[in-house]
Amino acid sequence: MTRFTGTDQYVATDDLQLAVNAAVTLQRPLLIKGEPGTGKTMLAEEVAAAMGKRLLCWHIKSTTKAQQGLYEYDAVSRLRDSQLGDEKVHDIKNYIKQGMLWQAFTADEQVVLLIDEIDKADIEFPNDLLVELDKMQFTVYETGETIVARQRPIIIITSNNEKELPDAFLRRCFFHYINFPDKKTMEEIIRVHHPELKKNMLNAALEVFFEVREVPGLKKKPSTSELIDWIKLLVADDIPIEALQNKSIKEAIPPLYGALLKNEQDVHMLQKLAFMMRRDSR
Amino acid sequence: MLIDFFYTLKKAGLPVSLKELLALLEALEQQVIFASVDDFYHLSRMCMIKDEKYFDRFDQAFGHYFHDLEMIEDFESFLIPHDWLNPDWIKNLSDEDKAKIEALGGFDKLMETLKKRLEEQQKKHQGGNKWIGTGGTSPFGHGGYNPEGVRIGGESRHQRAAKVWEKRQFKNLDGAAEMNTRAMKMALRKLRKFARTGAAEELDLSGTIKSTADNAGLLDLKMRPERHNAVKLLVFFDVGGSMDYHVQQCEELFTAVRAEFKHLEYFYFHNCIYEKLWQDNHRRWEENISTWEVLNTYGDDYHVMVVGDAAMSPYEITEPYGSVEHMNEEPGHVWLRRITEHWKKLVWLNPVPEEYWSYTHSTQMLNKLVNRHMYPLNLNGLQDAIDALAK
Repeated sequence: MTRFTGTDQYVATDDLQLAVNAAVTLQRPLLIKGEPGTGKTMLAEEVAAAMGKRLLCWHIKSTTKAQQGLYEYDAVSRLRDSQLGDEKVHDIKNYIKQGMLWQAFTADEQVVLLIDEIDKADIEFPNDLLVELDKMQFTVYETGETIVARQRPIIIITSNNEKELPDAFLRRCFFHYINFPDKKTMEEIIRVHHPELKKNMLNAALEVFFEVREVPGLKKKPSTSELIDWIKLLVADDIPIEALQNKSIKEAIPPLYGALLKNEQDVHMLQKLAFMMRRDSR
Repeated sequence: MLIDFFYTLKKAGLPVSLKELLALLEALEQQVIFASVDDFYHLSRMCMIKDEKYFDRFDQAFGHYFHDLEMIEDFESFLIPHDWLNPDWIKNLSDEDKAKIEALGGFDKLMETLKKRLEEQQKKHQGGNKWIGTGGTSPFGHGGYNPEGVRIGGESRHQRAAKVWEKRQFKNLDGAAEMNTRAMKMALRKLRKFARTGAAEELDLSGTIKSTADNAGLLDLKMRPERHNAVKLLVFFDVGGSMDYHVQQCEELFTAVRAEFKHLEYFYFHNCIYEKLWQDNHRRWEENISTWEVLNTYGDDYHVMVVGDAAMSPYEITEPYGSVEHMNEEPGHVWLRRITEHWKKLVWLNPVPEEYWSYTHSTQMLNKLVNRHMYPLNLNGLQDAIDALAK
């Protein structure tokens, strides 16, 4: 069996690799949490790419029901067809739509199933999936058919921590918290996204980035995805390295700061900080 | 098989179950990892711990198990304070102490001695928790620059590379620790109660089916209003005086409640609630509102949070004219009783840690007046408070 070690586009730390490999080996769902923008959703895509498997995404919304992941019975079209006298109406199977779990269970070969942002759904949602995830089978009530997984899919679940997940559900998962990357990992990540970036430019940008992150009281700290966007802008705009070097953010606001700070109050605060520093140094 | 480890985690108050231990053993059997403590740390954490708020506690328990220390509490704060390594404190020493330091061979020598002593203790007591500097003979206790003394344990201070679990990088995520706005919002979200109010915009499917059936099969569409959070919240903030130390916490709470509740009203008071409240702190003397009016305006369907440190002179609660700022005809406890009688769902959030409440008489009095619904303003306390409100 292939082990997951990250891909060309995705830097996975050792503990994340271990988590993925353990979950794959033991065939248990892997629950991923972490700060927004640390690449939770991307992980599933990259695991699928690295292992050469198909990826099925089930994006959860506040209105999503667990049942929709199994199947949906389209009563309205059947009603319509019956009034039109369509032949299809006699077979109920024509009106049962397969959900993501069903597709994952009956796929020809093992797939990666991403259940994205499970915390967005109703509080009962994870509980409704307990048996299905444990036994990897379910029964279609309308036809009496039992769907059994041909092979257990690799299940990756992400959560943004908006709701506490029920204990019974958690006990069945492996859990990994994607920590905010340290400077070294961050360098690797940027390298992957901007291989052409010069070393000193990268260092200067990282320095500014980590300095911004350390400003106390920021409402929303910039994360990895914001850093990548910011660097993309810096490169696109051909910002000279001097604009980043030898300048504390307290003296000058970094160029194109809009990509780093998404909150008006945060920008305001940085400006105030810069103003105060300038005044003090006078 | 790892049964002691399991019980160590359990003892540290971690919610671990047998199912998770079995999963860990299975993973070891399948040889997911090969003889590395670091890997074992990560593997056991992902199997046993399902919430990052427990990571810090897990780190401590893990260290405890692998170092066989006596008490889990020993893991708390054992690094040398920075002051000790910073020669600045020498300035604060008395001449007598300086002489003593000289007698020991000067500052460098002193630090050397400290280091040696630490090593000695490590060997003799296995990372025990002896207080350095309280013996009376140690040069480290004389200056009085650190009256609390310092507990020494663990091993990271020997310039050895700290192990992953010794870094304790998840300290901030522990539920009992301070919180941020986001964590608060999550806690407040539990109070949500959805109700259908407003314009009918959503198709009521089951209603439509029922009335269509009643209608002998002729389609009869039914609509209903969407669900909205219907919880109403009233917040009273204590401002000024001793509350200045807790401004940030209160600000964060305020941001969180504002984001979570549509029906939110807030008022300020100072120390204790009397006959006047105000909404704009800058114009508190010009524009205030009578507490009676607030009591009559907001019905008993409002949930009430009082945020204050409850630290004041007991007279401010018990006596008429007891307020420090103005002449109040009726004592604070009368007003508080009126408030608790009007709003049954009331909690008091106190930014002062719970351990210190018993030292302040007024805190205990107020806790009694709000029927023991005073909770510390940290994540666990807020959660308890919300549970009490949601009951």
